[in-house]
Amino acid sequence: MTDTENGRPDGQGPEPDWEAVQASPEFQELRRRLRVFVFPMTAFFLGWYLLYVLVADYAHDFMAIPLFGNINIGIVFGLLQFVSTFIITGLYVRYAGRRLDPIADKIRHQVEEGAK
Amino acid sequence: MSATLHSAQGLEAINPVLNFSIFGAFVLITLVIVFRASRNTKTAADYYAAGRSFSGPQNGMAIAGDYLSAASFLGIVGAIALNGYDGFLYSIGFLVAWLVALLLVAELMRNTAKFTMGDVLAFRMRQRPIRAAAAISTLAVSFFYLLAQMAGGGALVNLLLGIRSEAGQNAIIAAVGVVMILYVLIGGMKGTTWVQIIKAGLLIAGAGAMTVWVLAIYGFDFSGVLADAVAQEGGKGEALLAPGAQYGMNEISKLNFLSLGIALVLGTAGLPHVLMRFYTVPTAKDARRSVVWAIALIGLFYLFTLVLGYGAGALVGPEQINDAPGGVNSAAPLLALALGGPLLLGFIAAVAFATILAVVAGLTITASASFAHDVYASVIKKGKVENQNSEVRVARITALVIGAVSVLGGILAKEQNVAFLVALAFAVAASANLPTILYTLFWKRFNTQGALWSIYGGLIVTITLIVFSPAVSGSETAMFKNADFAWFPLANPGLVSIPLAFFLGWLGTMLSKESNDKKQAEMEVRSLTGAGAEKAAEH
Repeated sequence: MTDTENGRPDGQGPEPDWEAVQASPEFQELRRRLRVFVFPMTAFFLGWYLLYVLVADYAHDFMAIPLFGNINIGIVFGLLQFVSTFIITGLYVRYAGRRLDPIADKIRHQVEEGAK
Repeated sequence: MSATLHSAQGLEAINPVLNFSIFGAFVLITLVIVFRASRNTKTAADYYAAGRSFSGPQNGMAIAGDYLSAASFLGIVGAIALNGYDGFLYSIGFLVAWLVALLLVAELMRNTAKFTMGDVLAFRMRQRPIRAAAAISTLAVSFFYLLAQMAGGGALVNLLLGIRSEAGQNAIIAAVGVVMILYVLIGGMKGTTWVQIIKAGLLIAGAGAMTVWVLAIYGFDFSGVLADAVAQEGGKGEALLAPGAQYGMNEISKLNFLSLGIALVLGTAGLPHVLMRFYTVPTAKDARRSVVWAIALIGLFYLFTLVLGYGAGALVGPEQINDAPGGVNSAAPLLALALGGPLLLGFIAAVAFATILAVVAGLTITASASFAHDVYASVIKKGKVENQNSEVRVARITALVIGAVSVLGGILAKEQNVAFLVALAFAVAASANLPTILYTLFWKRFNTQGALWSIYGGLIVTITLIVFSPAVSGSETAMFKNADFAWFPLANPGLVSIPLAFFLGWLGTMLSKESNDKKQAEMEVRSLTGAGAEKAAEH
């Protein structure tokens, strides 16, 4: 590990003790909150998308069942993928703004102040 | 009701002079803006990352501009017009993919890196081997994507400018290449970003206006559009409304579709030119905001293409689309002609060209940054570059070389089947890049050997499977129609190559004892909190 030129925050002051920050309960809480949201959500939307792809791929007749006029289950199912994408985006923005940003900002200030 | 619209106007109504003038005006205006934007381009952060000075919404527009290529506009509208529902499946994969970028990648990358994908991947690893691998993968993805864009450009020239002669088409491709190089050399990332913002605005506005127009003709009843599309002679009738018209023939083609769907959804967040856009904003929160804007704009645009595709099927009809010089790609321009006459066609044609220009410029700056920053500065100069100006000079020279190569490639690949090039770019991005990015951001144990195995493994497996697939030999639509050395049945390798790359990354990691807890701690804290992240440049 001799050739690491990367990673110093713009050369001001001593290097923060990253391992201590990482071990702090505050950081552990931030890490937990991030993972507890993004991992299940990723599993959900990938599963939901995969379900759509499989149904579109293997159940043509089901997708062709008309619902309103010429609009069939396939088109509605496809549009639901748009809807779910928009909703998940909105949920994440709200969650991040309320549950992640405040802790992240606080830790960042502590680290950057401490380093000066 | 539609019969009055698409009466006698065929492609002979195309007015090359008009199309040229509208496109010329676009080039002129954007060049002026690029010149103005370039006055502040001095440092490496300016050239690669536009001084990190763009706002979230601006960058979101630029992401949409980078992402919505001519292939997604002309290709998806045409696919829906002729094959119906199966064309729609593409847009869904392209859109849902952004959730991977939003939830797992964008903010963490913005917080940890400076300019390139290599910055993130090499953060806690041995620098030189990882940067070399990241650069090779970046160059490979960019090259396949570039070639597809340029080759598509040739078809567009034929269709929209009425230029049939070989030499004429080559001259136009070369001219497109020269303008693109000017954008990149003069404007750097800032100029390129402005070109993408303007192009995205024009493209989305144009598609939106056409969508409203089509719907207005049918009294805002989408079901009526579908009814007319189904009723058209020479088309696929009822089959248009359900999936399967394109991919439903047999078990192999169904599996192929599944493979494509997986590569699309996992590839986007591994495309280097998309990743690089996250560095042009000042903070991780702005990176988040840019993805939100990108999702809104891209989603809206794909909803438009759904209406436009069926609208082209209903108002233009499959026979006329198939007879036009560009075949499936001519559906959107023909619909513009049917709706608004030669003027709207000229506008849409100019937007399609602008699209190629902007996407190619974005790819070129990404590839040149990766070469200069990862290969020249870190691998060749071992991180001891005298000053950053020499790194930017190398980036500019690289951009020139890449521009020349893409013009040449575009001319050679003009008549080729280009769809597989785009599929290849997504498959490489999903196999070589995404597993490595996710492991490095979320898995503590991950190390240099694991990263090398997932990058090179993903890259080699993907390219090998493509070479021996029916996309390259042994089928009607193959690159080499007269040879047959295909043994891998799927045209898209994602189904095999992506899980394999994840597995190789895991295996390589477990077989190596290397670990660097200090760097891992630094990377994790920085990626989640933004401590010590690169700040916006002050001008």
